[in-house]
Amino acid sequence: MPFAEPTLVLDLAQYRRVVAHCYDGLPDEACGLFAGPVGDDLLPTGAVGEVYPCRNADASARTYTIDTGDYLRADRDARSRDLDIVGGWHSHTHTEAYPSATDVAKARALGPNFVFVIVSLKRAEPAVRAYRIVGDEILELPVRVEGL
Amino acid sequence: MRVGFHRGMDGKVVAMAVEVRLPTLLRPVADGSSSVSAEGETVGDVFRQLIGRYPGLADNLIGEDGSLHKFVNVYRNDDDIRYLDALDTKVADGDVISILPAVAGG
Repeated sequence: MPFAEPTLVLDLAQYRRVVAHCYDGLPDEACGLFAGPVGDDLLPTGAVGEVYPCRNADASARTYTIDTGDYLRADRDARSRDLDIVGGWHSHTHTEAYPSATDVAKARALGPNFVFVIVSLKRAEPAVRAYRIVGDEILELPVRVEGL
Repeated sequence: MRVGFHRGMDGKVVAMAVEVRLPTLLRPVADGSSSVSAEGETVGDVFRQLIGRYPGLADNLIGEDGSLHKFVNVYRNDDDIRYLDALDTKVADGDVISILPAVAGG
């Protein structure tokens, strides 16, 4: 299956904040948001201007919901930098970095352009993969970490 | 349509204008804007005015039962309107209404 657009590009500090937040959240799933620019078609360019670790309002090892107060603060910060909230991440503590049925079902609320990053903590090394979910179709996006 | 009013400093009656911040998801149905201005006495009034202007917003804001859609969170300034009076929450001039889709999964 070929990769879809865009390529998600994180710098090393952003990557480390995302992964560290996932380990900090154990045994529960951890989650957060990304801000970045969008093109004229409102598709994210893939560049990430900022990462926002958020609380998991579900406080669960099986599900997550981004705390809406944390989302509001992230949205304000992103707007102050002329960026959009273009995606989010969450951890899978014991499963692969691939969207679950729950992820796909709940993605409808976010539309086809939202970038979902899943961090699997199943193995000793974390696995970080990115997707867009268009209807029932899961499109994988390349992930590049600058300086890794 | 019922619209909220108050008296301006010169005593004239003016409609209450609020800023509505749209998530990226809803920008395509609002001519690409990330924030729009609207008027009303309550959040519901503001949303009905916006839906009149941008009909594509209807499916994303208000559920079939006429209440706030369950996949969307709405803040009036710092407060989640679900803990206020939901769509009947009053708005005042200069308020910022933020629409945030629910980000959730498993």
